[in-house]
Amino acid sequence: MARAVVTAPTRARRGEIVAVKTLAQHPMETGFRRTQTGELIPRDIIRRFTCTYNGTEVYRVDLHPAMSANPLIAFSTVATETGTLAFQWVGDNGYSVTETASISVE
Amino acid sequence: MSLRSALLFAASLLCAGAGAGEIPPSERRSGYDLMSRETRAIQDDDATNPGMLWVLDGEALWNRKAGAADRACTACHGDARTSMKGVAARYPGFDAALGRPVNLEQRVNFCRAERQKAPPLAFESRELLALTAYVARQSRGLPIRIAIDARSRPFLDAGREAFHRRQGQLNLACSQCHDDNWGRRLAGSVIPQAHPTGYPLYRLEWQGLGSLERRLRNCLIGIRAEPYAYGAPEFVDLELYLMWRANGMKIETPAVRP
Repeated sequence: MARAVVTAPTRARRGEIVAVKTLAQHPMETGFRRTQTGELIPRDIIRRFTCTYNGTEVYRVDLHPAMSANPLIAFSTVATETGTLAFQWVGDNGYSVTETASISVE
Repeated sequence: MSLRSALLFAASLLCAGAGAGEIPPSERRSGYDLMSRETRAIQDDDATNPGMLWVLDGEALWNRKAGAADRACTACHGDARTSMKGVAARYPGFDAALGRPVNLEQRVNFCRAERQKAPPLAFESRELLALTAYVARQSRGLPIRIAIDARSRPFLDAGREAFHRRQGQLNLACSQCHDDNWGRRLAGSVIPQAHPTGYPLYRLEWQGLGSLERRLRNCLIGIRAEPYAYGAPEFVDLELYLMWRANGMKIETPAVRP
């Protein structure tokens, strides 16, 4: 199960700074840990998170080992126009999750 | 924790002499109150509480048909938001057929076996944690109500006895930390009162959700006692005592702890 939860306001005034919170379900296995028999557990992390606002990139994060499981990424953007916030998480082993949120700007 | 610091701690407990005894109701505090402001903020907001990922998975499983009977939980129970409200606050509950209390995880698996004709879910599996988190989430904010009658009293007494029994290589009883020394520190961590108000809960140390039994196993390993297997009657008795001891406190599931 690959789940991501996004919380963003559905309505905002033009020019308002809006807070966005995202939570992605992921083990973020560092690649440095070993099993009880000494074998290395292969790395399995989210590498990149991007947020686009009506097609324009407004926020991007590169993620690395040693970040927590189920990473919470919270940021803010300026509500400029009515439209869609699109979120994408991309990672190892073909992990790719997308989520969208609509925002109406008055 | 190193052996030396563990021994020092054990010695300090001995020096403390006769303990404070059971915690009076007015002084009972959830582990929530002993956490940092930042960790409390993670728990308080569903948008940041990682336990909600399991709750959402549990909601999907609740509505999904399973087993040879091809029935979903909804077929009998309907909408969990009404039918499961307050259920977790009454568990472990007494099962008349078995003649002993069962915890929420066991109840889910009994239901699967009897009604859905489905194989049991493994303890601490993602699915079982998700289902129990979803069911317990429906009781959030409701007070724990463990009713003890003549049938369940022996099990409560067994749990109480286990809580006060010294065990393991460190020869410590649960009560020596959680009744007598709560609020003080064990290494860097504050000792909580051990009220199981938020299980299954997200522990930052685990980087995931875990059941009360997983936590109890941690504690037993910490005092170097041999932990019971998941679902062991001794564990359920102890869970019953801990929940009874927390009667009236509010369910926080899915809680977040450091």
